[in-house]
Amino acid sequence: MTNQEIYDKLKAAYGGAIGSFHEQAGSAYMTRTSSYADIVEYSQIAQICQYLRDEPTLEFDNLNCLSCDDNGDKTLSVVYHMESLSLKHYFALKVTVPIDNPVVPTVTRVWASANWHEREGWDMIGIKFNEHPDLRRILLDDDWVGHPLRKDYKEPEFYRGMKVGY
Amino acid sequence: MSELFNRTMTTIAPAPVKIIPAEKVEPNRIKTEEMILNVGPQHPSTHGVLRLEAVLDGELVIDVIPHLGYLHRCFEKHCEAMTYPQVIPYVDRMDYLAAMNSEHGYALAVERLMGIEVPEKVEYIRVLFAELQRIASHLVAVGTFGLDVGAFTPFLYCFRDREDILEMFEKTCGARLLYNYIWVGGLSHDLHPDVLKMCRDFVKKNRATHAEVNNLLTFNKIFVERTINIGILKPDVAINCGASGPMLRGSGVKWDLRRDDPYSIYDRFEFDIPVGTGKMGTVGDCFDRHWVRMLEWEQSLNIIEQILEQYPQDDKTDVQKAVPKRIKPAAGEIYSRTENPRGELGFYISSKDGINPARVKVRSPAFVNLSILPIISRGYMMADLIIILGSIDIVLGEVDR
Repeated sequence: MTNQEIYDKLKAAYGGAIGSFHEQAGSAYMTRTSSYADIVEYSQIAQICQYLRDEPTLEFDNLNCLSCDDNGDKTLSVVYHMESLSLKHYFALKVTVPIDNPVVPTVTRVWASANWHEREGWDMIGIKFNEHPDLRRILLDDDWVGHPLRKDYKEPEFYRGMKVGY
Repeated sequence: MSELFNRTMTTIAPAPVKIIPAEKVEPNRIKTEEMILNVGPQHPSTHGVLRLEAVLDGELVIDVIPHLGYLHRCFEKHCEAMTYPQVIPYVDRMDYLAAMNSEHGYALAVERLMGIEVPEKVEYIRVLFAELQRIASHLVAVGTFGLDVGAFTPFLYCFRDREDILEMFEKTCGARLLYNYIWVGGLSHDLHPDVLKMCRDFVKKNRATHAEVNNLLTFNKIFVERTINIGILKPDVAINCGASGPMLRGSGVKWDLRRDDPYSIYDRFEFDIPVGTGKMGTVGDCFDRHWVRMLEWEQSLNIIEQILEQYPQDDKTDVQKAVPKRIKPAAGEIYSRTENPRGELGFYISSKDGINPARVKVRSPAFVNLSILPIISRGYMMADLIIILGSIDIVLGEVDR
């Protein structure tokens, strides 16, 4: 299935929850793997992912990557890149949330691999994944303040008495 | 006093004591206290700086909680201030055992983002070096896995052969581990004229080492008994957990990006995708993962032989011919992946039409594979936990980034 067909199928199933389709214009590879659909109603992301995984004609059994990003315009985004090992097609979803209330439902119950990716997203960008089984910091220490990959992040001067800057 | 004694005796009825005859005692049902054991961060068996919090019931592992981040440098933040080519040395330092493969993955991602075609000769050199690096990485993986099990000698044989590979890299680009060799659109240097001959000699010598390591380690009875039927990862669980590379193939899933999503010139070579078949024990156990690595090592040698046959020796193309003067991709985002020795190495790059990337996120195979450790080590012995961790083959530079 091409990305456009997958998008049409998803749009037919979920209607208003699905936003516009962004086709990546660069190389053919880019169009194939990285074209994504916006998810407007992001409270439904877990159901949408469940549908993408369980629908026999789609069968997205593998979540390749879950990336979080700070867009720099007071919004954060989560991108889900997925593929089907059996049917060999790709798709991506993008969720954009306001920076002052960044809460997105977890997809850990759909793909177990999302667990550590979401923990990393919380640690680095500060997106709260709702109902995540174990949302702790993963790469930084538990008492670290702030989320380093945000554009407005300022590193602390001292951490536990040690000078941070060099 | 005696009155008090009598009164207590009468008011509190003694609990009935059930005597279990010795032959009917089930040791597994005796309630013992849970103990938490810290493994690492500074311990050879953790292959770097990783701390495992193991919850034990006697010697049985109830749960494992990995604590990461001891090698965290937040290179993704650095990338925001770097230009695209400046990111390459950072990518090297991610997976320091397979820096060539990481560079290849990153360069390919930016080339796909910009739509750059590189000359055929460059592709041949890239694939040659990627496969040599894959062998070097598997040599370390197999050698250190032997160390975890208690076999010291194969490790020395492996490192002896790895030295030859590093020498070829050193001759060509001057560096042994962290190369900055594969650039966006090309290479930093042309292939050194001696390397093709060295490579031919190496393949011959390495085939002998492969047989030797098989005899010394793989089919050693102690090694087999130690690694079969532990850390079993079922194929459906493996896919759902995002396993990739030898970890996924060890579970019997025939999936290799070099064949299933071909990049560079991999579609020109013939090679098998080895999968775990439960050769000695169960499909997806530690032995299978080791065995898949051994077979992949052989397949990489086959690919190298084909490259040596096909390599365009008379081609005098400048390897920097396609390197763009100014790397400034149009706005857009890409998720590009390649097959690293450890699995699927993905780069999510978001460009906002500037000279530096707006966001680089790395999907590192070792990070995702390590997240499966708690699932596959529950219910085994503490000593098996070390072997299971060794069979995943993690590189902490890549896990922590």
